[in-house]
Amino acid sequence: MILAAGINDSVIVVVLASAVVYGTPLLYAALGELLAERSGVLNLGVEGMMLVGAVMGFWAVQRTGSLLIAIVVAAVAGAAMALIHAFLVVTLRANQIVSGLALTIFAGAAGLSSYLGNTLNVADEPARRTFDSFLPHSWRSAKVVGPILLDNNALVFASWGCVILVALYLNRTRLGLNLRAVGESPAAADAMGINVTAYRYAHTVAGGAFAGVGGACFSLAITPQWVDGLTSGAGWIAIALVIFAFWRPTLCIVGAYFFGAFSGIPFTFQARGILSGVPPELFQALPYVMTVVVLVLVSSAGARRRLGAPGALGTPYVREER
Amino acid sequence: MIRIERRLVQPRWLSVAVPIGTVVVAFGVMTIVLLATHHPPGHTFDRLFTTGFGGKDALNGTFVAATPLLFTGLCAAVAFRMQLFNIGGEGQLYVGAIVGAAAAIALGNHSGWVSVPAMIAAGAAGGAAFALIPGILRAFFSTNEIITSLMLNYVGALVIDYLIFDSQSYWRDTSSPTAKVFPQGKNFPDAASWPLAHAGGLLLPFGFLAGIVIAFLIWVLYTRTRFGFEVQVIGDSPRAASYAGMRTRRKILAVMALSGAIAGIGGASQDGDFRHTLDPRGLTSAGYGYAGIVIAALGRYNPFAVVVIAFLLGGLQNAGFALQGADFPSGLVGVLQGLILFCALGGELLVRYRIRFDRQVAATA
Repeated sequence: MILAAGINDSVIVVVLASAVVYGTPLLYAALGELLAERSGVLNLGVEGMMLVGAVMGFWAVQRTGSLLIAIVVAAVAGAAMALIHAFLVVTLRANQIVSGLALTIFAGAAGLSSYLGNTLNVADEPARRTFDSFLPHSWRSAKVVGPILLDNNALVFASWGCVILVALYLNRTRLGLNLRAVGESPAAADAMGINVTAYRYAHTVAGGAFAGVGGACFSLAITPQWVDGLTSGAGWIAIALVIFAFWRPTLCIVGAYFFGAFSGIPFTFQARGILSGVPPELFQALPYVMTVVVLVLVSSAGARRRLGAPGALGTPYVREER
Repeated sequence: MIRIERRLVQPRWLSVAVPIGTVVVAFGVMTIVLLATHHPPGHTFDRLFTTGFGGKDALNGTFVAATPLLFTGLCAAVAFRMQLFNIGGEGQLYVGAIVGAAAAIALGNHSGWVSVPAMIAAGAAGGAAFALIPGILRAFFSTNEIITSLMLNYVGALVIDYLIFDSQSYWRDTSSPTAKVFPQGKNFPDAASWPLAHAGGLLLPFGFLAGIVIAFLIWVLYTRTRFGFEVQVIGDSPRAASYAGMRTRRKILAVMALSGAIAGIGGASQDGDFRHTLDPRGLTSAGYGYAGIVIAALGRYNPFAVVVIAFLLGGLQNAGFALQGADFPSGLVGVLQGLILFCALGGELLVRYRIRFDRQVAATA
């Protein structure tokens, strides 16, 4: 037992455990963005959708005391935001980049999420209920795997299920095959009788729901409270993550925990007094700097073949103009 | 059945009707949002406009709020015109403010004729250097500039925090005992205060006038030079540009540097026009860079339109700050900006396409 406690207390295990905690919102948001991008819709509004999900989920738990309702509300709120983007880019054929940026400004830290937080009066109060670890203590204190994998809340376990479901959906179902066709070549998909518009709407909105749940990971588990701009750039890291994962759900989990580790390091190191001479801002900048570094590595390697990117990503589909 | 067809000719009246329609629809949706959250819309809009544009004091405040937006708007417009999505205006403004502040402190209290141009040059250099990071990555590694420039915004904010809160840096005031307990930036010498133009009771910040001059220069550059022509071709059709032998890589670097330099001057203007110290909280909480994207998109990347829209959105922002409180929640201005932008994007459709209600198709479908 003493030995186990020793290992579980070591810096590496603590960092890995924090990687899972901080990686989970990234994982949800990245899975959602992946679904949207696989249908050919680039949604840069992830940060805004996460924030609206976070504030609405938090409001729901304060109102109802039910975590399940809170998660549903967060997902619906994120989906509603994504619906705006879908309407603009699919039906109205607006520029996907500008529309996504508009969504982030509309919903983001200085927009709707802040407005809702103020109007619903949810700032600066602790959550009535939060997602906590629930497995038996003996499991959670198991060597290494305990703190990293088992000492987690339901959102973390559910995120693993989501990865598997999304991977199976994309690669093993008819709908997933159709989705990939829509993202690669909407004209060919249309000729096959697939409703391109419906697929794009459905997956953009589903992506928003995932982003909303990702935001709720912050307000109901990690921070558990509501402050403006709570996600501090996680939505953007999630968009970068989809690129690192070559648009594959199983690789998203690796990327999410990689970036989760860099998000968790400042807190762990500060708590332990490790490298206390180094300014904390240096550690806080790590997730952002690492995103740039890894993105450069991936893009210079993938530049020649655009590894895994859906062929029609970012382009509207207009049947008459093919 | 509703059909959407591409327009063959774009009627002139549309270019007037669509922007007006955009604003009307945006305010209509805003009214619904306000009603749904139990705020009286008429009263809210009335206060918004009186505080933003009603009277000389309101207009002076609006010029102050519009100045940084003018720079970040031009920063985004210059880059977006080439389909180069530099959304790092925020961070480039921070770095411009840092380098501009260093120039202000270093030059001491000699002459405004030295300090002001030096601050502008320093701010431009700082912003350009910071923008060149995503520029170089995009040009040589084809790394998505949207994400890299955005990530650097967070890094820029952390750099300012470090300089003032967590170090004994050149920028930090360590002279008085209170400054040691409550970290703050050094106050600049008087020579580093930018002049203020008086015009009929209105106070125009030097930075705002400089921004208008820059807007004019950009217009000349983009419509009257070979460089500008090539930028537009690359923006509209990268393939045509490469067939024509245009050097895309060089243009990416040049446009990124130009874009960052403009945001950097915006940062120096924050130092010299308004704050007279390196002020981390004030700079990083305002979101100038993101508002600049809204302005550039609404102005359809036209520099003169950016001036006008920066002034109008500056009024909204000015009113938003002044009115913030229990009955006027923060975030309202951001929501309104977003709505206007959504409506403008939707309105583009009406310019490019026409909508027909086709009965015959409905009967057969």
